[in-house]
Amino acid sequence: MRFLWRTASPGLLRGVLGDRGLPGGSRVARPVRWRLLPSGAQLGDVALVCLADGIVGVSFGASSVGGGLAWWVPVALSVLVFAGGSQIAAVGVVLGGGSPVAAVLAGAVLNTRLFPYGLAVADVVAGPWWRRLPGTHLITDESVAFAMRQSAPDRRRAAFWTCGVLLFLVWNATVLLGVALGSAVRNTDAFGLDSTFPAVMLALALPTLTSRSTRVAAGTGAVIAVALTPVLPAGLPLLAALGGLGARWNGWRNPGGRFGRRRDGAGHRASPGPAAAADTADRATLAGGKR
Amino acid sequence: MMPVTAIVALAVVTYAFRLAGPLLRGRVTVPAAAERVFADAATVLLIALAVTSALTAGHGFAGWARPAGVLVAGVLVARRAPFPVVVLAAAAVTALLRLAGVS
Repeated sequence: MRFLWRTASPGLLRGVLGDRGLPGGSRVARPVRWRLLPSGAQLGDVALVCLADGIVGVSFGASSVGGGLAWWVPVALSVLVFAGGSQIAAVGVVLGGGSPVAAVLAGAVLNTRLFPYGLAVADVVAGPWWRRLPGTHLITDESVAFAMRQSAPDRRRAAFWTCGVLLFLVWNATVLLGVALGSAVRNTDAFGLDSTFPAVMLALALPTLTSRSTRVAAGTGAVIAVALTPVLPAGLPLLAALGGLGARWNGWRNPGGRFGRRRDGAGHRASPGPAAAADTADRATLAGGKR
Repeated sequence: MMPVTAIVALAVVTYAFRLAGPLLRGRVTVPAAAERVFADAATVLLIALAVTSALTAGHGFAGWARPAGVLVAGVLVARRAPFPVVVLAAAAVTALLRLAGVS
């Protein structure tokens, strides 16, 4: 189920954004009969996703209070932000001694991907405000990925809402459970909970290192952050790591880079290159679901 | 310390990112270059945060137990282990090392 943990799924999004004529337009024309529940197989997939996220939720709640935060901090983050990666990043920055401003910035950068996600599922969350407001809050890697696996409008809705609502319930329940466990266990370090944060972040990020330019940027960023940690106030080294993006400057125009194919201005872009094949494989992964 | 204002700020920014897509649908396309920068910025941050939080505590070295657990997690991720296995293995390795006296 690696696709669930992608921090971005450009292949998927590009495919979707290219489909101008799809579900959004047909929405007005005919009333969509809602299928309230997706098929059994799909429910099974959603359950697996919820299980995986539940484990992260428990670890997030337990590590947060284990690190010394008040119990309501992870709980409020989970209800109000509801984006696992950014919650973990924000708490990680604060537990590392960083300022709240750095924590918010780090979380915000991670959540920029929700913007293209929102474009991709705009048709699904459309409707009266009482449906649109909560629906917007349910936009996550997982719910968007499930919606994208369907093409019929009612199935897209069913997949999105089922995954989104269940995930919201499971995520918040498991974070609460983690908070309870973390509060009961005085010394969470003895259980190695402090290594679950970096482990989760690796699981999120490693699968996205599909191109050389991304790897160079990430490697450079990591070296910058570690090198600056002893000298800068906590939190700043992390933001300085974004300087690693500069190392991939050439990658921006490199035809062999991860996004060799582009619809716009493709004139100077030669062949798709090997990375495009990886990109296609990515999309197959997304389409194929869990693995 | 994580004040309420920081939580609310992150929540508002996050909701704004979510809302922008449905609001702007049909009126805007994200340039591919910008999309790539978003994606790579997220990757760079996650990797940097993973490495720093694995290796360092405060301004110093975190000890060997934590990076060892995270290293095992990294290997498992690379070998496409299921996510729960990755997380539990990281905690288990770190916990066992500490039990054995390695800090």
